[in-house]
Amino acid sequence: MATKKFMFVNRKAPYGTAYALESLEVVLISAAFEQDVSLAFIDDGVYQITKGQDTTGIGQKNFSNTYKALGDYEVNKLYVEKESLEERGLTQDDLMDLVWEDEDDDWAEKPSIIMVSRSEMADVMAEQEVTLSF
Amino acid sequence: MKFTIMVNEGPYQHQSADSALQFARAVLAQGHEIFRVFFYHDGVNNGTRLSVPPADDRLIQKEWSELSKEHDLDLVICIAAAQRRGIMDEAEAKRQGLDADNIIEGFRISGLGQLIEGGIEADRTVVFGD
Repeated sequence: MATKKFMFVNRKAPYGTAYALESLEVVLISAAFEQDVSLAFIDDGVYQITKGQDTTGIGQKNFSNTYKALGDYEVNKLYVEKESLEERGLTQDDLMDLVWEDEDDDWAEKPSIIMVSRSEMADVMAEQEVTLSF
Repeated sequence: MKFTIMVNEGPYQHQSADSALQFARAVLAQGHEIFRVFFYHDGVNNGTRLSVPPADDRLIQKEWSELSKEHDLDLVICIAAAQRRGIMDEAEAKRQGLDADNIIEGFRISGLGQLIEGGIEADRTVVFGD
């Protein structure tokens, strides 16, 4: 099967609606199909990858650890929009430490998060072939 | 041009369910091809045959069903999203030990791989959602 550039655009907070959880399910399937996968985190979507999520008060499963496993599926291009973080009073320090292991570089651990400006995000999006927005 | 359409919202609650249907009609009217329509999130509710809107309103599920029959469309409901929301075909209802199914003619239930394949095979993938 052909390989295409897939981008998953995450715009919603992790809880409150099912978009974030069900988006992750599509991301994992696309990785299984060996596509060239990127993720974008914009607007409230940046909350999906914040540290210290605790869902005990809302009776829902905390699925934030799934983002840490993405590197094992070769999903290692997670573009985070700087302006979206700033507008919410967040910095990169508030985000989980998401990494992948580069087998071509003696399995060195490398960061998966790529910080980009709003206009750089537009450039990354323009390069994609299939863009699915959640 | 070959299109894959993704529908992420349920009927009546959200305009995007109507917009997707209207877009599908427009695509076909202009002589393009629809490779697949994939229903995800609450979009799976576009495939129930048990909706009964007031008599003067549209019946979105039936419109999809008829469009599918007319143009031999492949309308696919995501199984994981459907199971959460209680959309079942006969085989799935039986497998889950449930006493009823509710899928409308013209739709089928399958996995998320069908969406990824749709994205690969189509020239354009268009998402309708919130």
